[in-house]
Amino acid sequence: MQFFVDNFPLLRDAFLTTLSLSLLGGLLALVLGTLLAAFRVSPIPPLRGLSTFYVETFRNTPLTVVFFFIIFGLPQIDFALSFYTGSVLAVGLYTAAFVCEAVRSGINAVNPGQAEASRAIGLTFGQSLREVVLPQAFRTVVPPLGNVWIAMVKNTSIAAGFAVTELTASLQRLANANAGELLLVLVAVVAGYMLITVPSAIAINHVERRVAILR
Amino acid sequence: MSTPVLFDVPGPKAKARIRIGTVVGALLVLAVIAFVLVRLAGNQQLDPQRWSVLFDPASGVPQALGEALVSTLQVAAVGMVFATLLGLLLAVGRLSDHRWVRLPITLLIEFFRAVPLLVVIFALYLVLPGFGIRLSAYAALTGGLVLYNMAVLAEIFRAGILSIDKGQREAAFGLGLRKSQVMTLVLLPQAIRRMLPVLVAQLVVLLKDSSLGFIIGYFELLRQARSLVEFFTPQFGNQYTFQLYVAAGLIYILVNVLLSQLAKYLEGRTNRSNQAGGAAVKAEPADQMGAGAGAP
Repeated sequence: MQFFVDNFPLLRDAFLTTLSLSLLGGLLALVLGTLLAAFRVSPIPPLRGLSTFYVETFRNTPLTVVFFFIIFGLPQIDFALSFYTGSVLAVGLYTAAFVCEAVRSGINAVNPGQAEASRAIGLTFGQSLREVVLPQAFRTVVPPLGNVWIAMVKNTSIAAGFAVTELTASLQRLANANAGELLLVLVAVVAGYMLITVPSAIAINHVERRVAILR
Repeated sequence: MSTPVLFDVPGPKAKARIRIGTVVGALLVLAVIAFVLVRLAGNQQLDPQRWSVLFDPASGVPQALGEALVSTLQVAAVGMVFATLLGLLLAVGRLSDHRWVRLPITLLIEFFRAVPLLVVIFALYLVLPGFGIRLSAYAALTGGLVLYNMAVLAEIFRAGILSIDKGQREAAFGLGLRKSQVMTLVLLPQAIRRMLPVLVAQLVVLLKDSSLGFIIGYFELLRQARSLVEFFTPQFGNQYTFQLYVAAGLIYILVNVLLSQLAKYLEGRTNRSNQAGGAAVKAEPADQMGAGAGAP
């Protein structure tokens, strides 16, 4: 118990860093991913191409490499970011590709009749996407988006390799300092992640049941 | 994208608008690309001499990257084999009729699915030495990949087994097969085939995750690129930094795209053979048995 009391400030800060990385990265991923999905179904070919290129590139690149480019590559074109901002950007940009795929699958799952009907009553592409298709698409993709979110929370651990003191980095630090209590260190860090992922999973299940559309 | 759902086949007005949109969109994309290129050129990053180092055997760079690619693939291959085998075992275990088998295995799977892979790797690399077991970076990385992915793969296999038509299982029991025979002769072969595309997709993830070796100092591609950078920096400053990272990134993308293509190809194949099988069920049940046994 003494171990937890002694290291509470470090663990708390690490937990909050992981949480804020996840929230900011998730927000970025959600906004950018939805935008990319809209590009991908739009009538304008270059936007479709751009979105496809983005998704294929990021899905096939390890997140570690994305981190690398943002933290060590961007300074080469005169954009130096702090490690924390860089990590948010890396996690967000990477996850956006997966959000895009999830949202797109949701758009594909919307009955074509819905889109046809909205066009028939004279809605433009933007209007039918905003008012009719996307709201339904989002309701069907709650479970896959939830999976993307939980995977992303776990992915923030990679920031540990880039001088951001989040939970995994605190594991490294505590393990070096508390050789006698390694298992406790492990338990504390794992519990930190579960504190985010388990309530998320419950919330996702709940939301899914609330908004599910019967087709 | 063959049948646009969200917009009509455009008329003359819409065509004009789309053309304007295309031009504006293309200009925007080009502007971003141009901006990056100008910035890169402004910092002399595009000098041919800076890129030629990647292909010049005298500098040792191509060899080093090649070796790193081999050690990346080595970790990935070993990880894939063990994760798949253990995943199969765990999937079967999780579906066991015995509570005392099912429960611990379920816990094991859920635990490794819930913990970030890097934490597993750190646990093997940093925590195990506290108990007198010292693993090399290679063993810790491979072990972490196996433990994490076996849990994910177990769930994939389990979903596959559960998706097999109940009649298959009942028929197999009806023929007098034992439980183990039903699983190994009837359910697993079908489940593996059905789950092949998902399986390959997960293996792509595993290959990508091998880049985590960088953090614990295993010499995979990324670490190698980093160490080359550190090697060149005293002599040339950060002249080659950007190029080396780009090279490592491109190799990853290339290998993963190839694997993804394999997944797509397999998906096409299994779809076709499923359709063929489905058609055969209607025509002649014996045909399906033949097709199933003879399929590669």
